[in-house]
Amino acid sequence: MTTYIIRRLLMLIPVLIGMTLITFSIVHLIPGNPAQVILGEAATADAIAQLEERMGLNEPYFVQYGQYILNLLQGDLGTSLRSNTEISKEIVPYIAATFELTFFAMLFAVIVGVNAGIISAWKQNSWFDFLAMLFALIGVSMPVFWLALMEQWIFAQELGWLPAHGRQDSRDPIAPITHLYVLDSLIHLDFARTITVLKHLVLPSIALGTIPMAIIARMTRSSMLEVMQSDYIRTVRAKGSGQFLVIYKHALKNAMIPVLTVIGLQTGVLLGGAILTETIFSWPGIGRYVYEAINYRDYPVIQSGILVIAFIFVMINLLVDILYKKLDPRIKY
Amino acid sequence: MSEVILELKKLSTHFFTDQGEIPAVDQVSFRVHRGEVVGVVGESGSGKSVTSLSVLKLIPDPPGKIVSGSILYKGEDLAQATEKRMKNIRGNEISMIFQEPMTSLDPVFTIGNQMREAIRIHQKVSKKAANERAIEMLKLVGIPRAEDIINEYPHQLSGGMRQRVMIAMAMSSDPSLLIADEPTTALDVTIQAQILDLMKKINQEEQTSILLITHDLGVVADICDRVVVMYAGQVVEQGTTREILKDPQHPYTQGLIRSLPKLRGKEEKLYTIPGTVLRPKKDHVGCRFAPRCEFAFERCFKENPELYDLGEGRESRCFLHAEREGKRLEDATTNT
Repeated sequence: MTTYIIRRLLMLIPVLIGMTLITFSIVHLIPGNPAQVILGEAATADAIAQLEERMGLNEPYFVQYGQYILNLLQGDLGTSLRSNTEISKEIVPYIAATFELTFFAMLFAVIVGVNAGIISAWKQNSWFDFLAMLFALIGVSMPVFWLALMEQWIFAQELGWLPAHGRQDSRDPIAPITHLYVLDSLIHLDFARTITVLKHLVLPSIALGTIPMAIIARMTRSSMLEVMQSDYIRTVRAKGSGQFLVIYKHALKNAMIPVLTVIGLQTGVLLGGAILTETIFSWPGIGRYVYEAINYRDYPVIQSGILVIAFIFVMINLLVDILYKKLDPRIKY
Repeated sequence: MSEVILELKKLSTHFFTDQGEIPAVDQVSFRVHRGEVVGVVGESGSGKSVTSLSVLKLIPDPPGKIVSGSILYKGEDLAQATEKRMKNIRGNEISMIFQEPMTSLDPVFTIGNQMREAIRIHQKVSKKAANERAIEMLKLVGIPRAEDIINEYPHQLSGGMRQRVMIAMAMSSDPSLLIADEPTTALDVTIQAQILDLMKKINQEEQTSILLITHDLGVVADICDRVVVMYAGQVVEQGTTREILKDPQHPYTQGLIRSLPKLRGKEEKLYTIPGTVLRPKKDHVGCRFAPRCEFAFERCFKENPELYDLGEGRESRCFLHAEREGKRLEDATTNT
């Protein structure tokens, strides 16, 4: 297992190099002078020269790239042009916000999706199966922004049960430690705040988790149905096992292998930042961070934001591969 | 003869499909006595596997269903038993092993995990005791390094080894009856012989009755005391192995035996029974084998033949016996 993880980590190196090459090229692929583009039409020649100097744009490409990699290795993601602060510091709360939202969205998606899939397969062609698959179909087909707006309208506006915006009560902000507010409030032993933060998470998590949930439910169902036909399930029955042991031990572990792929991919997508959902719920996540950077032509932030998102995506896939090995002992690389 | 362990009485299992009702097992009756090895032979589609799965009520429902008849296990009718009772029977009183050792074990759990599970479903023992029992059983079926194998996964073992594990698992609760559904079909010949020897050993040492489903008459000759020949869902002939192989009565059995390659045969070409097994239909008229039978005459296509009692437990479903003044049998099982 350890050698497997090490090998898998070594395989990451070319991927990471590729990623940095792409993000590095972003600035240089812009038609014209990058400094001109960043500063806009009205920039003076002086200002352009200054920025070129600051960004090292006068050096040969390979020197620039070498410098870029060196900086990255030291954890230096560059400086935001807009706020003039270090991106590596600035980006942390955004990543934390997205991470927290993704965690709860996927928690919702996996718990509801997997169980709906299992029960649908178990009671195939029952009314439950029919209804669950109908909802799953609606779930995958529904536009996220529409669902988000409907949620806000019903649960925030009309019923007033849940907050519609932000991560916390803006009049009473938390003193952040990890920037994961649920965790932070627990560290502060401020449980009333935990409840508030969780309430803020409910609507965006459901909006964001609905599509993955529907995909997971359908995937689990079809995978379970296939596994239930297999010879080894017949063997388990022939041993005298009850239905529960058959389904939740043997069938589930085998059926989860393809479902895990979907869970991993969906988590990666959500961690990349869901710009629509984050915008509608005023969620200060990585998606919005990059989106705003694009608006301001803050190229260092765009570069680093993309790099961080890609890095997270690759890491999630690594985690999925490790989990595969845990689920299926036959897998060899 | 000794105690009857299993008795099927006019057991019928039908499949309800889009193409209509298919009587995959039609009025099948036979007995298995204590310590006896009974072979059920037939081509694919003859209903032999469905018969064996019906005994443990493992037929996928829908589409399959036991529609009539009884399955008497030590006098108790399993056809009427509740699912709860069946769970108690399966793997405990009656165990089953399958054709495909490669796919019959769960690939994602260790051998030990699956064996302990089988043991602890039926015996209230600690995990440690179950583990010891599992190792003991693996040694009994001739698995070397049982202590290591128990921590391995099925894909790390060969087909023969996996079938041994299946047998060890099936025998772990000392069942009275072992149903083996083509246990050697997927294995190569030398391994086949080893598995058959193992089953013989279990039969002799533990007095476990064995119901062996196979299409291989060689296997039957090797291990079975009695044979039930099935064709298109029906029993067409039964008797002791010796008699059946030496002097087959039903044209189908004769065909089966003729199509075996002979060691000193002069024929260049192997005999085959023409045609294929017909898919049984519910309202089939005439003998099901008639379209392929070289002796078929008019009556064979118009009436359904009954089983004719030929004495000493021999039965054959053929009108030829009526001609030879065979006694008609009312209930296939009463005179056995």
